[in-house]
Amino acid sequence: MLKQTVLNAAHRALGARMVDFGGWDMPVNYGSQIEEHHAVRKDCGMFDVSHMCPVDLVGADCRPFLSRLVANDVAKLTVSGKALYAAMLNEAGGVIDDLIIYFLTDTRFRLVVNAGTADKDLAWMQAKAAEWKMDVSITQRRDGAGNLAIIAVQGPNARAKVWQVLPQVKAASEGLKPFFAAEVDQYFIASTGYTGEDGYEIMLPAGEAEAVWNALKAAGVAPCGLGARDTLRLEAGMNLYGQDMDETVSPLDAGLAWTVAMKDARDFVGKAALTVNGQQKQFLGLILLDKGVLRGHQKVVTAHGDGEITSGSFSPTLQQSIALARLPLGVAIGDQVEVDIRGKLLKARVTKPVFARNGKAVI
Amino acid sequence: MSNVPSNLKYAASHEWVLKNADGTVTVGISDHAQEALGDLVFVELPEVGAHYDAEKEIAVVESVKAAADVYAPIAGTVTEVNQAAVDAPESVNADAYAAWLFKMTPDNIADVDALLDAAAYQAVADAA
Repeated sequence: MLKQTVLNAAHRALGARMVDFGGWDMPVNYGSQIEEHHAVRKDCGMFDVSHMCPVDLVGADCRPFLSRLVANDVAKLTVSGKALYAAMLNEAGGVIDDLIIYFLTDTRFRLVVNAGTADKDLAWMQAKAAEWKMDVSITQRRDGAGNLAIIAVQGPNARAKVWQVLPQVKAASEGLKPFFAAEVDQYFIASTGYTGEDGYEIMLPAGEAEAVWNALKAAGVAPCGLGARDTLRLEAGMNLYGQDMDETVSPLDAGLAWTVAMKDARDFVGKAALTVNGQQKQFLGLILLDKGVLRGHQKVVTAHGDGEITSGSFSPTLQQSIALARLPLGVAIGDQVEVDIRGKLLKARVTKPVFARNGKAVI
Repeated sequence: MSNVPSNLKYAASHEWVLKNADGTVTVGISDHAQEALGDLVFVELPEVGAHYDAEKEIAVVESVKAAADVYAPIAGTVTEVNQAAVDAPESVNADAYAAWLFKMTPDNIADVDALLDAAAYQAVADAA
């Protein structure tokens, strides 16, 4: 039995093609996935991401707990509302999950974790809080009483559309720089996203989600499925958990070194393993020069040994196939490499792992 | 609800087959198949002159989300491929029955009659 978000009936009413996404019955597209992609780059689209799991931390030890729990350093969070992207590692330095941490007060933080990993994440966090004897309560907000829905409204016109539909959040949210959040009663408005565009991720009481979704639709916001969400995040060079990294992959080999605060004396789970192992692979982009489509798990043949594509698809913005890949050290941006697609070696060029943001190609 | 023209025959693997007056058959993918795949961005077709047994992989269609094999619905030799579908894969989404993929000379034309009719294929598509 697949789990459903509170917007399931709304998706079906819009004629969505529904798929099993990690045990959730989710819309992959409502019509043309490519049109949904362009709507976000050029105007405004919305995604139901209520399968993702908000987790509230409350207690005197929130900071020391998070300081040990994740590889990024919550000491960077000095202003209320600021958000931090971080990886939660196991002792071997593998990624248990990637998550966003919102700093509200010194005794209250909100995390958002991935749908498919939420149960193991919560168990891990509960176990670590007990082991470290931390004063922190950990409460998931996805299921049961008090649950929240999440609607991501993304694109250059996203802010204006949100204010049109939710005028009560305008004052609190219009000044938000990227990667901040503001609370307005039961609404949590975050200037975060997974598309490379401006916009908000809105957490709200689940019972109000369908009315807000329908109002956004009436205001001209395009409903977008998880298919467009994947090509948008791929163009933006954002990692997808389970594809670009998992418990067997170091964040240093997954392009996440910028989220790992190694230098100071702070200890965190996995730090010792990262120190010993160091970086062993590079995480870079590929653009296919021949005709075809790059896909995850395809082999990349380079002058420095073989690598592997972790995510690949067709880029609607570039009109070419692009990929994120784990490549041997020594490969450089600009190199020409070959990708094994069904037994044929096709030419590709190595790029920075970011292809399009803010409506434009950046490659 | 997908479109299943009654003048065509179908394979359970979602190809349509049209008998031509010159003894060849024209093959494409069904409307149900293009709809399930979503926006097509790449089409790879066989070499003219190549022979394929029935149910062998003969072509590839890739959408933004996935790659799918196209199978030879019957045994035969490829006589022509539709370069327009390669140049504009989205034409298959626009009309899967106009944007054919390839033509074959069947080893045995009677094999076509053994394929599914529209009603039988509709049942396959509905169950998918």
